[in-house]
Amino acid sequence: MSVSDTSFRDSRLAFALRQGGGIVLSLAATLLGLLLVTFFIGRVVPIDPVLAVVGERATQAQYDAVREALGLDQPLWKQFGIYVWDALHGDFGQSIRTREPVVDEIRRYFPATLELATLATIFGVIVGVPAGVIAATRPGSLIDQIVRIVGLMGYSMPVFWLGLMGLLLFYGILGWVGGPGQLDAGYQMLMEFELTRHTGMILLDTALNGRWDMFANALSHIVLPAGILGYTSMAYISRMTRSFMMNELGQEYITTARVKGMPEWRVIWVHALKNVMVPLITVVALSYAYLLEGSVLTETIFAWPGLGSYITDALFAADMPAVLGGTVVVGVVFIGLNMLSDILYRLVDPRAK
Amino acid sequence: MSGAEMKRGGVIAWLREPNPHSRTQARLGQAYLSWLRMRRNPLAMVGLTIVLLLLVMAALAPWLAPHDPYVQDLTRRLLPPGTPGHLLGTDDFGRDILSRIIYGSRITLYIVVLVAVSAPVLGLLIGTVSGYFGGFVDQVLMRITDIFLAFPRLILALALVAVLGPGIENAVLAIALTAWPPYARVARAETLTVRSSDYIAAVRLQGAGAPRIIWGHVMPMCLPSVIIRVTLDMAGVILIAAGLGFLGLGVQPPLPEWGLMISSGRKFLFEQWWVATMPGLAIFIVSLGFNLLGDGLRDVLDPRNSGK
Repeated sequence: MSVSDTSFRDSRLAFALRQGGGIVLSLAATLLGLLLVTFFIGRVVPIDPVLAVVGERATQAQYDAVREALGLDQPLWKQFGIYVWDALHGDFGQSIRTREPVVDEIRRYFPATLELATLATIFGVIVGVPAGVIAATRPGSLIDQIVRIVGLMGYSMPVFWLGLMGLLLFYGILGWVGGPGQLDAGYQMLMEFELTRHTGMILLDTALNGRWDMFANALSHIVLPAGILGYTSMAYISRMTRSFMMNELGQEYITTARVKGMPEWRVIWVHALKNVMVPLITVVALSYAYLLEGSVLTETIFAWPGLGSYITDALFAADMPAVLGGTVVVGVVFIGLNMLSDILYRLVDPRAK
Repeated sequence: MSGAEMKRGGVIAWLREPNPHSRTQARLGQAYLSWLRMRRNPLAMVGLTIVLLLLVMAALAPWLAPHDPYVQDLTRRLLPPGTPGHLLGTDDFGRDILSRIIYGSRITLYIVVLVAVSAPVLGLLIGTVSGYFGGFVDQVLMRITDIFLAFPRLILALALVAVLGPGIENAVLAIALTAWPPYARVARAETLTVRSSDYIAAVRLQGAGAPRIIWGHVMPMCLPSVIIRVTLDMAGVILIAAGLGFLGLGVQPPLPEWGLMISSGRKFLFEQWWVATMPGLAIFIVSLGFNLLGDGLRDVLDPRNSGK
């Protein structure tokens, strides 16, 4: 290849730009599609949004006024344009139950979900990665079978049932952990008055306020839902780690390292694991995204005031702006995490094109 | 007896014939070899047994169930497991839990079968068309697929059910509408490898149109990988259906759907634990069965995995 250095760099740059442009374009298209789907769901729904605002006894004039204010007299394509414009500015309309802007409510509920999902992911990585590595180094052994079966069980259990069983065993029978909710009832009352909500995450807020008694109580409440969510993500992470590791251990540089007399733990935990980390980043990002989904059911079981509870509560109150606003936010986070894992992968692994 | 044995040996020899005389013989021989490979995988056989038991349970429900799943008897409510006549106890209306689980297998199977025949067909159609034509069509269809993949499945299903209203058919529709994108991806990838092969060129030269080529010559090639994917996805479908039922958005009472039964037992979880526990065990065992079977099938049918 007789390519001069500068032109090579130029083509690299052009390539990177084209890739970056492609990513931005496809991100924009996906987001637009997401909004299109929620827009259609919102239009097809058999609840009259005007009636939901004005009530049954409104006069025709009031009805028309609200209809105009909501932009429902415009043609459909124009309505969609307005919807996208508003959504880009963080406006998802008003909640029908509380009359508050949906985006403010979501801002209040979201941190709790984020906290739960983050703890669960940490748990999944801490347990899942070593389990996968150990299973891969002894394929077919008893420990490999155990990791595989425990993982498959994680795939096969309904997360809401697992949550109930966890409550029954660890809260009802053993009394090791706190029950549903973020705090005990007594602390819950205190929280309203004595706690400054810096972040909206209960563990961080209690710690920042220096209320360690409250922190301990919050910890006893979060450990079970986070552990159960973490189990499902551990199942996924350990399985993927195992297969990546198996692949890596078959490579020639591993044989070379072994022949040179490198201790086996170093071969596995330093050399091979370093390369396994690359594809593992995408796996962890994806499992983080899936936890958002798992949190919908888990939060209803544990009365956890997060986005999942928000969406399901809104659903039963026929509060469509809230449901769709929540759906869009979850979708955006989901798309964002997917995109992030994609970009990280490209950054870390120079072979990926 | 020896005659029967001879005949059996004859059938196996016919199946193992290295030079098959007909297409059917070749196909059946291939299937027999796959079966032999799968029989060596104990976990896959456990999965197969569970799925077969589910089929038997659903088919013979009226004969297997000791009680009517709908008849209420308030004098016999919330009896613990092991009570004579009620192996798994009774629920808050005095209905026999075992009988309800047995009848519930029909509902689970109904949902699984409906999703398994609708979502893959849609995915196959979109994937093959996208892969065969390429270019602009491919761009548009794959972008749509990406959008649906970008939604978390349960949340999209929730939003759809909110629009369609709760009920078993709407739950199936919502699940199917969220389940097709992976099949489209798989089918498209298969199509891309098949598209440029000589036999497709030969059919095209004979004057076959695009619909005929896609339907008759491309789709059959995509089927094996799609079928493996379907088996692996069935556990997920069962879990989402149960989740919708649990939230009260899927199958409606008094139908004995397992997720719904768990949610009705939630009220007395700490006093009468069995009401919520038993149907959950049923969901767990069945979806574990599908997962084990799907894993085994993939190992057997997908040569890329056979080395592991």
